[in-house]
Amino acid sequence: MTVAIEKPEKTGTVKPPAPARRVRRVNRGVVVAAIVLVWLVLFAVLRGKQTLALAAADLTDLHRWCNDVNDSIGANRNSNPLFLYFFNEIRVVIDSLVTFVQELISQPTAGRPVPQIGWLGVVGVVGYASWALGNWRVALLAVAGFTFLGLQGLWQESMDTLALTLSAVFVALLFAIPLGVWAGLSDRVNRIVTPFLDFMQTMPTFVYLAPLTLFFLIGPASATIATTIYAAPPAIRITAHAIRSVPETTVEAANSLGATRRQALLKVLLPMSKRTVVMGVNQTIMAALAMVTIAALIDAPGLGKTVIQALQSLDVGTAFNAGLAIVVLAIVLDRVTTAASGRAETARGSDSPFLKWRRQLLAAGAVVAAVLVYLSHMYVWAAEFPGEGGIGSGIARTAADVTTWAQDNLSGLTNAFRDALTNGLLNPFQTLLTDSPWWLVGAALVAVGTVLGGWRAGATTAVCVGLLVGTGVWSDAMTTLASTAVATVLVMLLGVVLGVWMGRSALVDRLLRPSLDAAQVMPPFVYLVPFLALFGATRFTAIVAAVVYAAPVAIKIIADGVRAVPETTVEAATSTGCNTWQIITKVQLPMSRGALTLATNQGLIYVLSMVVVGGLVGAGALGYDVVAGFSQGQLYGKGLAAGLAIVLLGVMFDRITQAAARRAGA
Amino acid sequence: MARHFRAGAAGLAVLGLTLTACGGAKVGDDTAAGSGSSGKCGTFNLAINPWVGYEANAAVLAYVAEHDLGCKVEQKDLKEEIAWQGFGTGEVDAVVENWGHDDLKKKYITQQKTAVDAGPTGNEGLIGWYVPPWLAKAHPDILDWKNLNKYASKFKTSESGGKGQLLDGDPSYVTNDEALVKNLKLDFKVVYAGSETALIQAYRNAEKNKEWVIGYFYEPQWFLSEVPLKKVSLPEYKEGCDADAEKVACDYPVYKLDKIVSAKFAKSGSPAYDLVKNFTWTNDDQNTVAKYIAVDKMAPEAAAKKWVEANRDKVDAWIK
Repeated sequence: MTVAIEKPEKTGTVKPPAPARRVRRVNRGVVVAAIVLVWLVLFAVLRGKQTLALAAADLTDLHRWCNDVNDSIGANRNSNPLFLYFFNEIRVVIDSLVTFVQELISQPTAGRPVPQIGWLGVVGVVGYASWALGNWRVALLAVAGFTFLGLQGLWQESMDTLALTLSAVFVALLFAIPLGVWAGLSDRVNRIVTPFLDFMQTMPTFVYLAPLTLFFLIGPASATIATTIYAAPPAIRITAHAIRSVPETTVEAANSLGATRRQALLKVLLPMSKRTVVMGVNQTIMAALAMVTIAALIDAPGLGKTVIQALQSLDVGTAFNAGLAIVVLAIVLDRVTTAASGRAETARGSDSPFLKWRRQLLAAGAVVAAVLVYLSHMYVWAAEFPGEGGIGSGIARTAADVTTWAQDNLSGLTNAFRDALTNGLLNPFQTLLTDSPWWLVGAALVAVGTVLGGWRAGATTAVCVGLLVGTGVWSDAMTTLASTAVATVLVMLLGVVLGVWMGRSALVDRLLRPSLDAAQVMPPFVYLVPFLALFGATRFTAIVAAVVYAAPVAIKIIADGVRAVPETTVEAATSTGCNTWQIITKVQLPMSRGALTLATNQGLIYVLSMVVVGGLVGAGALGYDVVAGFSQGQLYGKGLAAGLAIVLLGVMFDRITQAAARRAGA
Repeated sequence: MARHFRAGAAGLAVLGLTLTACGGAKVGDDTAAGSGSSGKCGTFNLAINPWVGYEANAAVLAYVAEHDLGCKVEQKDLKEEIAWQGFGTGEVDAVVENWGHDDLKKKYITQQKTAVDAGPTGNEGLIGWYVPPWLAKAHPDILDWKNLNKYASKFKTSESGGKGQLLDGDPSYVTNDEALVKNLKLDFKVVYAGSETALIQAYRNAEKNKEWVIGYFYEPQWFLSEVPLKKVSLPEYKEGCDADAEKVACDYPVYKLDKIVSAKFAKSGSPAYDLVKNFTWTNDDQNTVAKYIAVDKMAPEAAAKKWVEANRDKVDAWIK
């Protein structure tokens, strides 16, 4: 029974449907099918043996050892010189940075009931800066967005979030840009840095929250550092990429003109990659905003707190209102940085008569902004946002009503869908993974990895499998793997359907894109309660939450891929009498194969990053282990091991899909 | 170029408007309101653990400390584990609703000596297995654990692998449920919902749609005033029957919830310490405040104010 269901499943997960044109690719598919077949036969014989299952409260020696290390750090932190002269110093610096920004815009300072700059000043400065860095359109958006935050009744919370985000992004960029430049110049540095970046991005934040408070104490410093760790990698990667993509001929030209290395860097490489670097800054801001709710668990001030507190009493409306404020902040910051990167490019070309006027206008704007800041510093009406935030309670009520309606009217339907998918696909697949002996699953993974990605990917897989066994949470990892794979299949289904639709129609693209942005930035904690009502505390709920988070990325990548198919090719196909369906399946999808593989890769990584959130809604396995490690001292080591296991799964998938993509492209 | 003219003109217009609008109350005119004399109390760092019952305790304590003792109260949202960690570093002065946690007591009170016990809160914590009211009404015999196997198949879900599902909640809960299922030979599987939110939502659905759900829950808890869950009786608790975690086959003990404070805070002579030490109230008191917060959606401070004003005598006994 499982045979019929599982076989197409496995191949579909690891590799997008391949067009049957090249003989070698067909062979690869056949080989994978053969591997799966052998696996199934052995599974039937060896079922239930050597599965390495570990009960929820059981520990291995490794887990206990981690506990001991943790305890001894906690016990000795006041006498250890490493703490006294290193960690404590870092903490003091970052603490004063955050406190400074907070006192500027969000927290009352000594002797004043309000911060130094009130709402009017912040709105003025934001509007002016967006205009100066971008254009007047984004300035208008920024002013409207920030005013909306106040109307929601969340001004102070939003400013706290902004203060934390700005500090974290500042610290992240301080390291990320130089490191990115270095990685862009040197292949060796790039090779060394990449695994660390993978690690920082896939290691669940829950795992390092508790250790961070151990090193940097409770408070804004720990929250900022946690956010920095998560947010820095995109800036490093994108900066490196930007430096690399400067055309070689340009660099050679500079060299032949006698430019020194330093000159080449400052005068050629950096200016030419400015635009892309700003995109990296943009991604870092987005990542920092995504951490807002998680950091609230260690007392980070701001909107995340509101979300978490609302969640305790299942108050969907209030959580949604705060989540919406995060989305608004994200959209404003995204558009402003995007516009800023555009200006960086246009400013180079047109500098002659324009510049003179611009300077004067900028100065005038600066005066206006300064006046607004002064007013908000002096007068109460400009310092405290007026009104009761009536829009916010309206939004909260509406969100609560919509949720209740959906719960009352849809749960029959959703339960049927859940049971069909769980029993038909998830359970058999999970049984195959968790009830096969570990070495059999491992061998199958290595074999599939080798066939799809070549011997290097196979070797990486082998190492990952070995380390996974070493973490002691093999069985939980396999349970998570099953859910992850099913979620990724759903992501790809959505990705192909919506991505193709968006790629073919500019109108659909314009309509869908804002919702995709919102789905990526809205904290998952906000939609957990409605999902729990619709699907219960099950693995399926976790899968749905992961799909909501991961599908937008896949959809966007596929849409870009489809759009990149040359118009002439499509026209040629149309003229030979192809109908729409044929154009999509025979021309557009095969030609965007690279985008499909990239979408699978990113979809998987995004799904994996939701494993811990899944643990909060009934997915169990690694996600639960991580949350438990954060909550209970004696499970700390196990949580750490589970976090490592998630990283290992991520690395394994990433290497296989990337290698497969390179082969497909070759 | 015209674009920039327009923007500049708009900016100047704003400038003109704001200058004419100058006036109104200046910052600092009425500073007296919030920052009263901090007195000798100074700052009181209060941990807020993430459940509404705890929040009720903390809200009332914070309100009294602020308004009667003139303390500056810093409330810090933290999970238990991290809050206890803060005792040693001076960032947390008090945890005001502790459920057992013998491991943490051993680590921080006995070994590191950074924390001390500040006595009971007066609340009694009940842990156990609960079913929704409709189910207890339809099948009254389900409230005895001996009959659970009879109904096991009704509790089956997509997650329970053919057995009945026993739903557990947040990983920080004190639980023996896996051992209980095994040692009482029940045809059930423990499924971890992973959070209190998930657990409450499961019960809420179960009551509304008459679904079969049995799971871990506890009192005092605000949710019980919305859906009065019924407790299933397990074999009676006797002193020491839960000594070996593997062999537990009895009900959970009644927890005397208590307060833990940092050793430094206990010695500081702060009136806030005396307040925390003297603070006791009943389960009903806590449920009242918790209901104000969770069901009536009042801000914790407003909820605390309402209760304190109605119970001045109790509050006065804490601060003497």
